[in-house]
Formats: sequence, C-alpha cells, structure tokens
Amino acid sequence: MSRQSNRLVTGGRIDRVKQHSFRFDGTRYSGFAGDTLASALIANGVKLVGRSFKYHRPRGIFSAGIEEPSALVTLRSGGRTEPNVPATVAELYDGLVARSQNAWPSLRLDLMAANGFFKPMLSAGFYYKTFMGPTRKSWMLFEPIIRKAAGLGAASKLADPDRYEKVNLFADVLIVGAGPAGLAAALSAGRMGARVVLADQQSLAGGALLDEPVGSAADAWLQAALGELATMANVRLMTRTTVFGAYDGGTFGLVERVADHKGEPDPFEPRQRYIVLRAASAVIATGAIERPIPFANNDRPGVMLAGAARTYLNRYGVVAGRRVIMMTNNDTAYAAAIDLVAAAAKVTVLDARPSVAGGKAAWAAGKGVEVIPGHAVAQAIGYTEVKGALIAPFDIATGHCGIGFRELPADLILVCGGWDPQVHLATQRGGKAQWRADRLAFLPTGEPDIQIHAGAMQGTFSTPDCLREGHAAGIRAATAAGTKDKSPDLAMPAFAIPDGDPGAGFAPVWDVHPPEALGHQKRFIDFQNDVSASDLELAHREGYVSVEHLKRYTTLGMATEQGKLANVIALAQMARLRQLPIAEVGTTGFRSPYTSVALGALAGHETDQHVRPVRRTPFHDWNVGKRCVFLDTGLWKRAWFYPEGDEDVNGAYRRETKRVRETVGMVDVSTLGKIDVQGPDAAEFLNRVYVNGWKTLEIGRARYGIMLREDGFILDDGTTSRLSEHHYFLTTTTAEAAKVMSHLEWLLQTAWPELKVHVTSVTDQWGGLAVAGPNARVMLAEAIPDVDFANDKLPFMGVRMGSADGIAVRVHRVSFSGELAYEVFCASGHGHGLARHLERVGARHGLVVYGVEALGALRIEKGHIAGAELDGRTTLEDLHMERMASKAKPYVGSVLRQRAPMTSKERQRLVGLKPVDRKQRIRPGSVLQPHNGPYAGHGLGHVTSTTYSPVLGHSIALGLIQGGEARTGQIVDACYPLKGDTVACEVVPHHFYDPEGLKQNG
Amino acid sequence: MRIPCPYCGPRDSSEFSYFGDASRERPAIDDPDPAHWLAYVYERENQRGPFKEFWHHLLGCRQWLVVERNTATHEMLGVEPAREVALRRQTSGKGGPA
Repeated sequence: MSRQSNRLVTGGRIDRVKQHSFRFDGTRYSGFAGDTLASALIANGVKLVGRSFKYHRPRGIFSAGIEEPSALVTLRSGGRTEPNVPATVAELYDGLVARSQNAWPSLRLDLMAANGFFKPMLSAGFYYKTFMGPTRKSWMLFEPIIRKAAGLGAASKLADPDRYEKVNLFADVLIVGAGPAGLAAALSAGRMGARVVLADQQSLAGGALLDEPVGSAADAWLQAALGELATMANVRLMTRTTVFGAYDGGTFGLVERVADHKGEPDPFEPRQRYIVLRAASAVIATGAIERPIPFANNDRPGVMLAGAARTYLNRYGVVAGRRVIMMTNNDTAYAAAIDLVAAAAKVTVLDARPSVAGGKAAWAAGKGVEVIPGHAVAQAIGYTEVKGALIAPFDIATGHCGIGFRELPADLILVCGGWDPQVHLATQRGGKAQWRADRLAFLPTGEPDIQIHAGAMQGTFSTPDCLREGHAAGIRAATAAGTKDKSPDLAMPAFAIPDGDPGAGFAPVWDVHPPEALGHQKRFIDFQNDVSASDLELAHREGYVSVEHLKRYTTLGMATEQGKLANVIALAQMARLRQLPIAEVGTTGFRSPYTSVALGALAGHETDQHVRPVRRTPFHDWNVGKRCVFLDTGLWKRAWFYPEGDEDVNGAYRRETKRVRETVGMVDVSTLGKIDVQGPDAAEFLNRVYVNGWKTLEIGRARYGIMLREDGFILDDGTTSRLSEHHYFLTTTTAEAAKVMSHLEWLLQTAWPELKVHVTSVTDQWGGLAVAGPNARVMLAEAIPDVDFANDKLPFMGVRMGSADGIAVRVHRVSFSGELAYEVFCASGHGHGLARHLERVGARHGLVVYGVEALGALRIEKGHIAGAELDGRTTLEDLHMERMASKAKPYVGSVLRQRAPMTSKERQRLVGLKPVDRKQRIRPGSVLQPHNGPYAGHGLGHVTSTTYSPVLGHSIALGLIQGGEARTGQIVDACYPLKGDTVACEVVPHHFYDPEGLKQNG
Repeated sequence: MRIPCPYCGPRDSSEFSYFGDASRERPAIDDPDPAHWLAYVYERENQRGPFKEFWHHLLGCRQWLVVERNTATHEMLGVEPAREVALRRQTSGKGGPA
C-alpha cells in the first residue's frame, strides 16, 4: 500500500513538517504531529485494526473519540505496556509501537473466528446457562480456554517505570469541556475576573469546532476565543485533562495525561497527574456523542460514524473513503456529506425519513450529494473491509426494509442516528436524565448542586445557541462563585456561524431489519462486547424487563467504553419489544469514572516506600549501626533482633533473652505512646479514665493503669507517672497510641468540658530505652550518677530526673520483663548520644542490646499481657485484672463492664500453656480443642502469644480458654490446621517466671 | 465531601474521623443505671436527612466537632466545636453533656 494514500495535500490541524514514524503489528507507517493513531492508520489505508471480544469478527475504526468500541490496541511494550487503548485517542508520537488485540495467531488470519460458527451457543446469558447448576464444575475446565478466546488486551506483569502524581487544585469556576459552550463560558467568567479552570480531554481546545475546516467562520471564532483566553492570567486551560467524576462539596476528579503523547516522559515529568479539584461552581459543557443505527453486519471495518469521518477530514486531513454511503435519520449528518464531496468523494445519503423536503437535504443535493429518501442500509457487504452495501426501501414506522434491495459499491459506510448528550457528570450527582422525544435523547432534568449546564449536553445542538448558552453560563457561574464583575464588556466575540437548529428533524430509527431474503446477519448494538439485536430479543423472550438486569444478562454497556454508543439504542429496542414509550423503560445512571482512569494515576506517588509514612525512633541510626534487623509494626520500624555472626531470629532472641536474665539488656521502647497530661484537674481526669484510683499517686511515682472502652471492654494499658503537682506522663501500648489519644480528647471535649486538663501527644518528642536485668542498677548508677538507685531511694514504680553524660533524662523504675528494670527517657534529639553513653557504660556490666522479639519472650515468661491479649474482646476478668478496678469511684466503662456475661468465669480467660512433649512448639493462633477431640468449631479458645523460654528450656504460650484457670492441670490440644499441627498442651498459671515478683522489686 | 472546620476552614473529609450520632445524651459519669449506658453506647438511629454527628479533625486541629449534615445529600448545614455544645448542655442543666 502506498504511503499515506488517504492523506490530503492540505488542510487539517496537523503539522506536516513533523513526520512521525510508527509501527502497528510490526509494519512501519508514517504520520504527522497532531495525528491520532487512528487518523494515521486511516491515512495509511489500514482498515482492519482488531478482532471482536467474543466472535473474533474483524473490526475497524468506528469513531474518532473516547467512544471508540472497536479499534482497541495495546500501546508500547515492557513495563510501559498499556492494553485496551482506543486508537482514536492515542496521540501519535515518533516511534510509537501498537499491537492489535484478541487475534490469534494474527489479525488477518484469526483462527479464533471459528467462535463465530458457535454463535448460537455464545448468545446472551451463555455463561449463566452453561456453567450454573449441574454443569457448574465444567467452568473450571473451560474457563482458561474461554478466557483466552474471549477477551481484551493483556496487562503487563512488569512494574510500570513511570511516575504518577497527585495534586490539589482550587477554582472559582470549573468548566468541563472546551467546545463552543465551554469556551464561551470561559470568556465571560474569565472577563469577570473569576479563577477559571477550563478542562478538556482532547489535545486541543475547541471540541466540535475542531471538526470545522481550518479557515472557516467557526474556526475564526475559535482562534479569536483562544487568543483572548491566553491573555487572561486567571484562566487556566488544561488540555489532555478528563474530568472523570463529580463528587460532594464541589469536588471533581481530573486526570491529566501529561506524557501519554510521548514514548517516555521527560526527566522528572509524571506520565499522568491525578487532580482533586474543588470549585465553587461548575459549568458542565461536555457535549454529545453521535449515535449509530444498527444494520446487518454493521461492524465491518469501513463502517463509521458520520461525524467521525468529518473529524478525520477536517482535523486530520484524511479521507476515510472515496465512495461513501451514508445512512441517517436527521439533518446533522449532511455537513459530513458536503465536506466529503468537496474532498472529491462520491457520497450517497440514504435518509430513512420518507420526505426530506425543507431540511438540509436539498442544500446538500445542491452541493453534489446524492440523496435517496426513505431508504436504509440493509446489510454491509465485505468481510475484512467494506466493499459495498445492500440498500433497500425503509419503513420508518416498523423499522423493516421493504422488498427490492439493490447493491451499491462503497469503501465507507457512514451512519448517524442522532446524538447522545453526555449527561454523566450531572447524573453522577444524582440528577436524573429524562427522555426528550423532540431531541431523540436523554437530557438532564435539572442542575445538581453547583452545576450549571450548557450546550449539547443539554440537547442544544446548534453552535450559535451553544455559544449563547455558554456565555450566559459563564456569567452565572462566576456570579455564583462570588465574583464581582470587573469587566465593562461581556459581549461575546462576534460569530459568523449560520444560525439554525439542526436538532430539528430527528426521526426515531433504532434498528434496520433486513429483508427476509437476506437471512439473519448480526446487527450489533454493543460492538465491544459483541451484543447484537438478537441478544436483546432473546433476553426479552426470557422475561427480562429491567434495564439493569438486561445489562448484566447480555453484558451490554459493560466494556471499557461503558455503552457510550450502545445504551440508548438498547433502551429503545427494549421499549419497542415491550411496546412501551422509551421514557417508561427508564435509563441507567452513570457512575464515575467517565472514561477509564489508570490505577497508577489514582495511586500517584503513593507506591513502594511511599504508601505510608515511615516512623523511625530516635535510636534508629544507632540501631542501624548495630546491624539491627527491623520489624514493621504499624508505621514503625521497630528493632526486631540484633544478630551476631550468622544468627537468625531464633538464635538471636534466645541469646538476647538469656543475657537479660543473666546480666543486663537494653531495648528501644520509643514506640510506646506517650501523652503529656497537664492541668489542675489532671488527677481527677486520670481517675475517670483508668479503672484504678489515681488521686493518691505521689509526685515522683508511677502507676500501672488499665483503661476501658465505654462498653466495658479493655481499651489499653500502660504506666503513668506524676512528674509534678499538675503534670503527668502517660504511656500507652505502641498499637493503641493514636486511639487512646483520640479517646482522651473525646472525653475532655465532649463529656467533661469542665475539667481543666490539656493532653498533648509527645510520642515523637521522647526517646526511651529500657534497661533490664540483675546488673541494671549498678550499670545505671554508673551511667546516671546524680540519681540514687538504692532500692529505698528509687523503689519499684519510682520516678527520678537525672543527667546521663550531660543529657537530661527521666528514669522510671518499671518492669515489663520481670527483671530489675528501668526505663530511661530523653528528648528525641539526644537519643543517639544517650544510647552510646549507656552502651559504653554497659560494656563493663555485660550489656546486651535486645529487640522486640526478645522483649516479647521476656514478657511472655513473666505472663504480662500485650496486644495479642488486649484484642478488644477481653475484659478485666478475662485477664485476671478485676482486682485492679476501684469500687469507690466511677470510671469509663464501670457500669457496662459489670454486665453478667462479661464477668462470667465461663468466658475464655487467660492461662499459660506448656507442650506435654517439651520438644514441640506451639504456634500462635492455634485453636484450643479438647484433648483427643471431639474437635468442633472455634473450640475452647485460642493461643495468643508463644515463645521459646530459655529459662525453662522449652516452648511456652499464653492463651484464652473457656473457664480459664479452672482448667489448670488439664491437657488440651493446640490445633493449627493450616500446617496440620496438633500439640498436646498442659494448662498452667500464666506466670512462668518469678511469679512473686522478687526480681523486679528487689 | 468537605467539612467547614471552625478553626481551620473548609477541609477535605479525609482529614477527619467519624464518630456518629451527636444527639445522644451521655449519662453523667456517676450514673449507675446500666439502661442509660446501654442506650447511650448501643442505640443508634440510621437517620436520613439532617443529622448531627461527631467528627474529629484528626489530621488538623484535633478538635471534636458537632457537624450537621444531610445524610441523603451530604450537604453541610452547620458546625460547632463539640466542647461548646457540651458546655451549653451542662449550663442548661440537662445532666450529661453531648
């Protein structure tokens, strides 16, 4: 085929100086800057572009925009592969590589087209009928084959190398669509001084005006408008930007295709940008999409929307066909016919209306267009491309062809059945679309929230009327946004575009039933999902009446273009089958997005490391220096263990645990939640928040406390210290820190506003190291010499201020390990210095640094509760803590915790567990069942925490079991079905190590 | 959806956390009647239309707010700091605030 044989020498909005080379299915072609892949393919005479979803029928380019159902390609390769891109929106760039989809082994020879012979089997409801009920199991067998035979493009499994970003944008007035109405709105709102964002999905602003010949009156208006807008600093024109969703509070979702028109984004440039825009008012000027009319074999390559042919001609300088048959039911199609004749094509218009007097037809006839009224295309001729059409007299009342068809040669069949206003953004906000017979379209019934509607999206199809409506909408929108008019002159740029309403003259034509003699070729409604008129008839015969059910049963309107061409035709056919007016059959609502949005764009930069913030403790760098292995807990990087040599976690934590019990260990406890509580009513506040009493706590002392939720279950635990008269330092578990903070704020602000108390989160302001073990006292006495560590001077639960190598520290004598232990806190910035100082001093006392794994082992040996036991379902009684609860005062949860089912001894309560065979280990999460069965349901309880105990020399566990300590001495089975494990365990008290607390108190 | 925070101005709802019905009356801390507490903790109206509810400006000023919102349309009808609502209830002598 010759190079760009269908390209005109002049005309169009392409740059003939910039030639782009590209490949489609391996063949090299050339096009120009400003082309889409579709316009370049048509210029090069390529008609066959894809194979259909189910039947593998040959398909070509049907449209020139986002509504394209057939010409879907896979763009680029490797990690940049993007499947299912309409060739009609893929902008051409030099080096573009595209592949056809759903064809095997090749586009021209597609063996899967054999699916076409099984058409009766693949009709509506095929999946439901074939693979439900007794035959359901066969789905397993056939699924891979069916999935391979029926489908779209395949996504790459490689990581996308490009960046995406997410931004917030604010505007007084958002204008969606830069067609005639949108541009006019931008002019008036802009002149009034409003901050305007004018967004359009195309690469150029202009909308339908771009389809007018360069140099025409409409084009002159467009250039004048764009010129004026360019001078307004308050108007931001965003092309390649789709407003895909309208949300609450004037919020809109936009996606800007920053670099999709290039092979690779420039350095530091994102491929796409997701924009959350908040506007005070919005002008919706989203235009309309041309609607086809179904006829037999209407999916052949070379069948196209009439307006699309005009777009290719006037915008891209490409003639889609030389011998053209056009079928229409209205006057809007004639502009394309006239322009094609001017480009030396021979055009025959079959107007379904019996009489075309007084309309555009006569005008077109005068320009050399052959017009045949009362006729229709009965069937397209040709397989991989159109060769002609069988045309026949058409009865518009019945939708049937009469007798006497004849053949006309053609290389292009154009069709125009009216226009579908793009009401998506209106209906997304709950506005209803209503059928308007005079426009043959669904129109919005009102303007929801901040929306103002203008132009073709509300059924205004004449360009001058769109300009007038847009101009008024811009003034309304700017005024609604509170803009004071700064402009003396709001007059529109004059336009020399002929008036008149081509919307007049629409005649309903929803289907062309071919003459009986032609047999039953398929008349497609949804090209992308291969849904034809006969599928709708079948669904109707089977009793489907709801539009929503019909969609799901036939899969109509469910593909990438979401029925933009098919929905209204299907509704109209359904109405005819049910013998109801279209208005009574209903319509389906639209949800966002308007067109498909890449998940990558929605994720933006929040990928890999950036999905969530990372929290590092003040000792992080020091930990890294100690070859620490980290564990992600929530957002925190917690020190997990510190391997020596090639130790794994098991080797390391056992060694660390042992050394703590023998000499002394140090662990980073900075992740504990820390809350500063200050104010004259602080003691009263703590007294209400915790189950135990706080009014007697002396300055310089700490106390362990438990908080309940309002419903009486345990919320959290921790120690709180009194630093001065009105100043307390409250700690929470790592996991519940944020929740406790919100809880305290809630109580102070909504329940007890009279209490004079301030709470401030200081988790990030303080670093903490716990020092535990028999040598802890001597080590710290040396490290912090101004604190007297003698047992009577700093007893268990005592708090002192001191100085460690010049660093101010708070020393709290608390123990989580059961050893003699202290927590040393310092300002975060001094963390590194404190750790190094303690390490240096500790070296003389056998110091080991230990991580959270050893921390867990130590606390399980001691029988202390932690997150696994504080799971939101346990009560004080369950964890043997009920004696802590004060009877002398009310506190949050005090009434509801006393409900009988919550205090019952039959509840699952905390116990210790030892494997009967000491060599076995118990898995966390194991279900506890009666020994040797019967095993049933959720069993008697479950294992919450497990560890190997170096002190005891075997595995131990904590668990919650029905009846709790009453089962002491019993044998139960810890079952872990996922691994096939069953371990017989003895129920023991939950304190394994030093139950009397001699070590921590001594 | 945007919430007009009295301290921070209109902010995206993703900065807030939700805590439901603000019309419930919290029993006084020393109220010993379980029926009152059960009603307060568990009983909820799933109301359509204007509805007063608690929102916590978690990622902003950390103030608890009483927001009146139309649950059918998400229209914002009013907002007040929860503390002020609670103080007003106390001075009006209606027992437990909020």
